[in-house]
Amino acid sequence: MAQDQALFEYLLRLGDNTLVLGHRVSEWCGHSPVLEEDIALANTALDLIGQTQLWLGLAGEVEGKGRDADTLAMLRDIWDFRNLLLVELPNGDFGQTLMRQFLFDAWQSINLGRLMNSTDPRIAEIAAKASKEAAYHVERSGDTVVGLGDGTDESHARMQKALDYLWPYVGEMFLSDDVDATLVKAGIAPDPASLRDDYDALIGRVMDSATLTIPDSRFTHKGGKTGKTHTEHLGHVLTSMQWLQRAYPGASW
Amino acid sequence: MRPSVKQIWQWLDDVPDPEIPVISLVDLGIIRGVEWRGDTLEVAVTPTYSGCPATSIINLDIETALRGHGIDKLEIKRQLSPPWTTDWLSDTGREKLQKYGIAPPTAAGGPAACPNCGSANLNKVSQFGSTPCKAAWRCNDCLEPFDYFKCI
Repeated sequence: MAQDQALFEYLLRLGDNTLVLGHRVSEWCGHSPVLEEDIALANTALDLIGQTQLWLGLAGEVEGKGRDADTLAMLRDIWDFRNLLLVELPNGDFGQTLMRQFLFDAWQSINLGRLMNSTDPRIAEIAAKASKEAAYHVERSGDTVVGLGDGTDESHARMQKALDYLWPYVGEMFLSDDVDATLVKAGIAPDPASLRDDYDALIGRVMDSATLTIPDSRFTHKGGKTGKTHTEHLGHVLTSMQWLQRAYPGASW
Repeated sequence: MRPSVKQIWQWLDDVPDPEIPVISLVDLGIIRGVEWRGDTLEVAVTPTYSGCPATSIINLDIETALRGHGIDKLEIKRQLSPPWTTDWLSDTGREKLQKYGIAPPTAAGGPAACPNCGSANLNKVSQFGSTPCKAAWRCNDCLEPFDYFKCI
């Protein structure tokens, strides 16, 4: 695979993860259980959308066809999205949202740490910026998972249910294809599989404190990062996220 | 005659942060470079948080201020690296924050004292606050909630 094509695909994966999760998290705005959590979720969403602008902006540059971050975000259809299935799943209750956030933040913080050493300086500098935000996110989502997991019988049961539901979507983070292989060879990105040990160690520590049990299975749903098979949920996300640009192309204010 | 770089830094030090107007953009540490390239002035600005909605307003404010001082040829560059850190907040910026009621960042990761009564008996309400750069805390003695400028 040509390196520029692989790089473009890889940047879409990074940018689509933060875009779709950022949009999902923003759906909580005005609906959270308490005001402080509402503000926290909105801030998290804002960081993720900011990171999206950087990743998709660079993707557009690498592609060289004049598409900017907005165009890539708002005018691609479902089959062109490259995000992990995990981030497009519905929010569920507050606990499920925070569990999904933690499962993602843990991976994101480890991956960004590795990308800071990328041989591509443009990627390294975005990773350095984003990793500060990701470190803050994983601290909060991890603390919340512990607080709710090791909380009341009700909150514990809900968090266990959330973990059981989301776990089969975790494995996709560590799968590789030609895109990864090309970039690993060039020293641009880490081998996804090489992140698994650090990830398992972090998740293990937090779930332990949260008194939650990690399901004993490595079965994984896949098809998000390759774009082959998204869930039906992504279509609903795009319908609400993109409607304005679809209805009024080129709209600005 | 083109104004000196030192003069331009002084002008920029008069431009308030749009969200925390008590400190200037220079106090905040986001102006990373001021340089003449021929007859064009280049100002390098780094974002505080990648999604901070104030970023475009900040660029507009810089442009308005410098144009007001007669600088016509101006380029504002985004500089990502090295990433912004609260270590770049100036000492005067920290004092101004404190007086304004926002606890300045500390390496320990939490406010040193309540900006209202000075008590160290504090608790964290939320890791996030009214803007991306702040967290919400409360004083257990005077019971006042206050903003803490996150340390990153």
